[in-house]
Amino acid sequence: MKVIEALRIAMRALAANKLRSVLTMLGIIIGVGAVIALMSIGRGVEKYVTDQFAGLGSNLLFVAPGQISDGPPSLRPNTVKALTVADMEAIADPSRVPHASSVAADFQTRVSVTRAGKTVNVQASATTPEYPRVRNWNTTAGSYFSMLDSAERQRVVLLGADTYQDLFPNNEYPVDQIVQINEMNFRVIGVMESKGGGPGGNLDKSVFLPLTTGQDRLFKQKTPNGEYKVSVIYVSIDQSENIPLAQEEITQLMRERRGINYLDQDDFSIVSQNDLIAVFGDILGALTIFLGAIAAISLLVGGIGIMNIMLVSVTERTREIGLRKAVGAKRADVLVQFLIEAMALAAAGGLLGVALGWSLALLVSTAFGDFEAVVGADAIFTSLIVATAVGLFFGIFPAFRASRLNPIDALRYE
Amino acid sequence: MEQNGSSPVISLRGVKKLYQMGDVEVRALRGVDVDIYPGEMIAIMGPSGSGKSTLMNIIGCLDVPSEGVYELDGKDVSRLKDDQLAAIRNHKIGFVFQSFNLLPRTTAVANVELPLIYGGVSGRQRRQRAEDSLRLVGLGERLDHKPNELSGGQQQRVAIARALVNTPSMILADEPTGNLDSKTSVEIMELFQRLNQERGITIVFVTHNPETADYCHRVVRVRDGMVESDIAQRATAGIYATVGDPPPALPPAPQEVQP
Ligand SMILES: Nc1ncnc2c1ncn2[C@@H]1O[C@H](COP(=O)(O)OP(=O)(O)OP(=O)(O)O)[C@@H](O)[C@H]1O
Ligand SMILES: [Mg+2]
Repeated sequence: MKVIEALRIAMRALAANKLRSVLTMLGIIIGVGAVIALMSIGRGVEKYVTDQFAGLGSNLLFVAPGQISDGPPSLRPNTVKALTVADMEAIADPSRVPHASSVAADFQTRVSVTRAGKTVNVQASATTPEYPRVRNWNTTAGSYFSMLDSAERQRVVLLGADTYQDLFPNNEYPVDQIVQINEMNFRVIGVMESKGGGPGGNLDKSVFLPLTTGQDRLFKQKTPNGEYKVSVIYVSIDQSENIPLAQEEITQLMRERRGINYLDQDDFSIVSQNDLIAVFGDILGALTIFLGAIAAISLLVGGIGIMNIMLVSVTERTREIGLRKAVGAKRADVLVQFLIEAMALAAAGGLLGVALGWSLALLVSTAFGDFEAVVGADAIFTSLIVATAVGLFFGIFPAFRASRLNPIDALRYE
Repeated sequence: MEQNGSSPVISLRGVKKLYQMGDVEVRALRGVDVDIYPGEMIAIMGPSGSGKSTLMNIIGCLDVPSEGVYELDGKDVSRLKDDQLAAIRNHKIGFVFQSFNLLPRTTAVANVELPLIYGGVSGRQRRQRAEDSLRLVGLGERLDHKPNELSGGQQQRVAIARALVNTPSMILADEPTGNLDSKTSVEIMELFQRLNQERGITIVFVTHNPETADYCHRVVRVRDGMVESDIAQRATAGIYATVGDPPPALPPAPQEVQP
């Protein structure tokens, strides 16, 4: 008997019990659906985040106090020695880090910004003037503050795109308007390009002011010997292949400056975009394992469901099997028929699962808008193959049973 | 063993069938000798539990004898394996069952095609032959009806068409009218008789019903797993009731008669 024939018989049998077939497929549908949805959402997020990292500025190194393993900066113990502007200036010294093309420092804290009775709470970045060059970031209105503004501790501020929207709901021209930061008047001198949310929060919900102004007038975060504390130092490296060398040089420099003994651990961290992407990759890897576990469990459950229903089906159709054998079906014919039925059941479940997962992924990506779920042909293909293989595996026992039925007993079966 | 110049389709010699039920050995057949010739229409009768169905299963190659020899078309089939028996059933034997045994939710044509599927006949030819077979049993108008859209008599006709479709050496029918009312039974028996007389198809019935036996030219009575009597007779019922004519096929005298 040809496989086509068996497929036709299988389809007829499945169609005869539509509801039951669908219920049986449920395990497979959910398993495959979850994997497809989460995988495509994961890929979408990965692509989005990679783009975001690329948007951070090219060949960037981040120097921050403490170790990444200490947790996020806001949760790190205060005992960690702060970074200062002097550290930044040392890194900028071409004789120590020759590949650093530009360096900027950034002190971050929360502030309230008020204009015309409207107040928003945002992150303030008090930076050195090189900041926009290092971050590869332009303004849409006005321009970033200058060395002179910085030296004179001018009360000038640039707004992130969202902060501008919030404070200037009627899209007024912002330059030279006055806003209050923590109740002190500042003159707006520009608006930054929109960057969207990225690692370290949504930069569009920020304001930017000179580090000197911030530390002398607003935050007053200085070391005992009067140096400005900073949260992070950005180092732009001239060529991407020089990043590891520069990372090494900066590490050496910082260890010297912070007087760390030969055997002691660093009490600061230098992170490259690649490191961040790698951390993200690790998270994604864990997620993938998690997904794999979900898939394996639900496929197992789905497979057992298929085996169960196939056993029921074999029992229910004992007379049919007896008849088929009486009119000449060989063991292999019956075996193949039921195997194909189990595989068709699983493959159909796989297809429905792909459809479900795809719709979910589309739904999520439209709901969030920021990223696009990527449904890969390879994922679909693999899911279908695996689902079908599950059907084959769990169909073997029921099909074998059916093939061994004795036609006389089967025909007499009530 | 020649008769009418032909050799028997079916030849049983010393056929025994034992069933082991735990410690008890059931002797369903205790040495049966029967010859059936081409073109015969035979009724196997006997009380319940006498071994009629067991004999029929062996003749139909659904089962093999525990002892003895069964030759079908001159070929010993008494020691064949499952799949070999399946092939023989497919090519040489048509079954008609008491409970029709049609596939539900499946059209008459598709039901009749079933043996051809396992016989490896290609799709178009299959449909053609199934339709021809259905026309032969008078169901040319009901090709695409499903069993639940057909009367009992029509369902049994579909089953007969299915039994015929592979042009088998014989048709075996175990109580084919057992589930039908008497009027429909007559129609079905007349159909069998026509197929036997006009097409020369060998037909073996198992029946409790003496009226079924009246359509046949020979009655084999079974009791306690043995042939009690084997008698040629004139068919006294049906369109081919041959009052005065000699029986078309004279079987050999019974070989073993219970004392
Ligand atoms: N599979 C089996 N296992 C054990 N004993 C069996 C089996 N099949 C039949 N028998 C026994 O063999 C004997 C003959 O059974 P069989 O079915 O051939 O009788 P039958 O003449 O067809 O009866 P009925 O007219 O009631 O159908 C019975 O005693 C029955 O119990
Ligand atoms: Mg019986």
